[in-house]
Amino acid sequence: MDILSLSAVETARKIKNRDLSVKEVLDAVFYAIDEKDKKYNCFITLCRDEAYARANIVQAQIDKGEELSALAGVPIAVKDNICTKGIKTTCASKMLKNFVPVYNAHIVDLIEKAGLIVVGKTNMDEFAMGSTTETSAFGVTLNPWDTTRVSGGSSGGAAAAVAARMVHLAIGSDTGGSVRQPSSLCSVTGLKPTYGRVSRRGLIAYASSLDQIGPIGRNAEDCAALMGIIGGYDSGDSTSVESTPLELEKIKRYSLQGKRIGIPKEFFGGGLQEDVKTAVLAAVNELKELGAEVEEFELPQVKYAVPTYYIIACAEASSNLSRYDGIRYGYRSDGAESLFETYVKSRSEAFGIETKRRIMLGNFVLSSGYYDEYYKKALQAKDIIQKAFSDAFKEYDFVFGPVYPTTAPKLNESLSDPLKMYMADIYTVTANIAGLPAVSVPCGFDSNGLPVGMQLVGRPFCESELLGVVYSFEQKNDAHEKTAGGGTV
Amino acid sequence: MNYEVVVGLEVHVELATKTKIFCSCTTEFGGEPNTQVCEVCLGMPGTLPVLNRAVVDFAVRTGLALNCEVACCNKFDRKNYFYPDLPKAYQISQLYLPICHDGFIEIGKSETCKKIRIKEIHMEEDAGKLIHDADEINTLVDYNRCGVPLLEIVSQPDMRSAEEAVEYIEKLRVILQYIGVSDCKMQEGSLRADINLSVRPVGSFELGVRTEMKNMNSFKAIARAIKAESERQIALLEKGEKVIQETRRWDDSEGQSYAMRSKEEAQDYKYFPEPDIPPVVISQEQIDATRAAIPELPDKKIERYTQLGLTDHDAEIIAGSVYLAKLFECTYEVCGNAKEAANWILVDLLKLLHDSAKQPEDMDFNFDSLGKIILMVEKGKINRGTAKKVFEKVFEENINPAEYVEDNNLGLVTDTDTIYATVETVVKDNEKSVNEYKSGKTQALQYLIGQSMKALRGQAPAQTVTEILKDLLN
Repeated sequence: MDILSLSAVETARKIKNRDLSVKEVLDAVFYAIDEKDKKYNCFITLCRDEAYARANIVQAQIDKGEELSALAGVPIAVKDNICTKGIKTTCASKMLKNFVPVYNAHIVDLIEKAGLIVVGKTNMDEFAMGSTTETSAFGVTLNPWDTTRVSGGSSGGAAAAVAARMVHLAIGSDTGGSVRQPSSLCSVTGLKPTYGRVSRRGLIAYASSLDQIGPIGRNAEDCAALMGIIGGYDSGDSTSVESTPLELEKIKRYSLQGKRIGIPKEFFGGGLQEDVKTAVLAAVNELKELGAEVEEFELPQVKYAVPTYYIIACAEASSNLSRYDGIRYGYRSDGAESLFETYVKSRSEAFGIETKRRIMLGNFVLSSGYYDEYYKKALQAKDIIQKAFSDAFKEYDFVFGPVYPTTAPKLNESLSDPLKMYMADIYTVTANIAGLPAVSVPCGFDSNGLPVGMQLVGRPFCESELLGVVYSFEQKNDAHEKTAGGGTV
Repeated sequence: MNYEVVVGLEVHVELATKTKIFCSCTTEFGGEPNTQVCEVCLGMPGTLPVLNRAVVDFAVRTGLALNCEVACCNKFDRKNYFYPDLPKAYQISQLYLPICHDGFIEIGKSETCKKIRIKEIHMEEDAGKLIHDADEINTLVDYNRCGVPLLEIVSQPDMRSAEEAVEYIEKLRVILQYIGVSDCKMQEGSLRADINLSVRPVGSFELGVRTEMKNMNSFKAIARAIKAESERQIALLEKGEKVIQETRRWDDSEGQSYAMRSKEEAQDYKYFPEPDIPPVVISQEQIDATRAAIPELPDKKIERYTQLGLTDHDAEIIAGSVYLAKLFECTYEVCGNAKEAANWILVDLLKLLHDSAKQPEDMDFNFDSLGKIILMVEKGKINRGTAKKVFEKVFEENINPAEYVEDNNLGLVTDTDTIYATVETVVKDNEKSVNEYKSGKTQALQYLIGQSMKALRGQAPAQTVTEILKDLLN
């Protein structure tokens, strides 16, 4: 049996029925990682010993007949900005390259309780800043569909690991598209939940008001099962919110009949690669065939989205990343002779260029004299964008668009023009600014055979409906079943 | 030219909550360095603050006691700066929408009382402590204090002298102690004050250029700093020079202040709304409940104490300390004699405190003991001299007065048969004096009384002894 061709839910079912042991599955996962990751570089850290130790515990629980979850026994990869007790958590930065948290992120506790097994920590853009994983201090993650291209970012390692059939599932984080964009470029399904639906406790902050942890999987059902485990109120995160748990059966029964989908005209303007547009519009037709009413509408406020996002995100990042001063943990420069020099040298030597750029941007927009002109205006624009979406959701059940203007960029192509890279976040950042759930779904391929994703944004806490749409769509469109790099081991 | 001094105070008060403002570490003072910390107050990556609602309750209580408006929806902001005692490199504080605003405190006597307006009160977290003198090269950091809740109480520039400033802060301290939000121990740093000061010609309405002075560690230091700084500023103006807006550090042992940084060098704290903590919402019910639970404050107590028969002066001293007031009320409750309770506190207790170099807050005995002692005197069980000795023991060792009197046989002999027998023996043994008395030398009676009291070890009522003696002699 090719264990890694199974979905996560199927794998768990086979474990439950004793068709597979947890160890067999774990063996297959580590075998795949050992075979493939030399090539793609999805993982920064593997935790083999911890994983096998967990596997024994989980197997014993399953043997005792304990009902852990629909994913019990399934291995999972976790993005390296999510704290794992006793396991290095680097944020792909030289600054934290030896940082070992003394605590688990809340969602790590949740997935372990549900019987999932963390196999490793995945590569990402440094501190989740970037769209290519090229800003990682541990090297770029290559796209399993074409190794001359990036896997996207910032959760590039997580998306590529799922796409390359190294793991069934991964956990990413999404501040401006970091779950959805690499999912799109790697042809996997990635969900950014409503802000507050998943606890951020233990997620190393990039931009606290926008960050949200989300699942990456091969299909709607796997994402739904994982979402059901990680969602919910956490008393340790004051911004988390109580929500009703997802029901897999309800998602499978979901019907698009009579649902209204709005397509912002602004999402199909200049800058959108022609065959991305073609693939995405073809997907629209399939949604129509599934019974949805589709309509174009104007969302002019979108033009504020990218600057609003970068001002707010960089402002928060400049503050969130100030704690890395070389004093208590993390990188400390050898050459410093005073306190001030320790700060300056440690930070100068350990942060990468993109991180520094965003720290400087953030400090600029918050500094006295510029606060009103930039940061305050960005907050006002945030309100305007939120209002525009809440108005749109009076008309439509979902807002539809592309995920990214292009398919996977070539290596070294993006960072040379950061402004262009920032502008390409246009389709994804709005969901973060408005705090809305959004899903990236494989929907087709460009002329080079590279994956294209479509995006659906829903009303707050409508993850169940979003995944219902995706599940229906999967019955019509098999893009999600295509595998990269030969697929089987 | 005559100048007027204009002073505003920023007072930082450490709240007496059991746990820190954003985590559940203890706030206790004096623990071994870095033993009262967790990943949250150490600002480790990925950690999030969770607001301790007790801090909100304390802040509301403070605001109401200081006649403030309470903001039903208030917010936290981040104040960003690098310093090794601040592990997140930002302090969670309140800038844009603090929890309380627009209150006042009255200082001075009722006829000449003056309102000092309070601009705002905000909640924030304390930083750690740097220990510079561990050795010659290194500075050590103790993070135990990190995350201890603070209130910053900002006054308007309404004070016009060092005396007024000290009176304001003393009054503030008493109120905070009364409502139980802080122990306000300056020596432990749980009450700290920064002084904003400017001078202007008398009659001018415009404010002069102000300086901010930090590092006050006692009321006396505050008074000295205000006097020195106003003199410095006046001297500058008299010379035709200008006061520079700057932050200065007061060195109390030197008796002068030193410039720390000017306005141009001032830190840009890049405040922005704290994204990890949602707005703090306080219901009207909560405000009403807190208001109802505010105990009687000093001004009201003084009024009530004078109605109990205390002089204004005595009432002010007792009500001026929450600890003395508590002892007074407890004593009064037990013995029902307000004047006697006040006398004991103002004479005997204050002397004991003074002699042992203790503060009222250091009193460590059962507060009903004093009332019990007063009752014993009133009921003739002990005399006042014994009572003083018993109270000393109470003060020093928290003994139980009744048991102590019993165990040490200090009670007055009230059994007349015993007294009669003792006096009879004295009469027999002192034939000479008896004869002298009988021959008309009345002073011999005093001698016989003295001898009888001596034989009774001073523990019999002198009146009874005298009566029995007279009986026997006649």
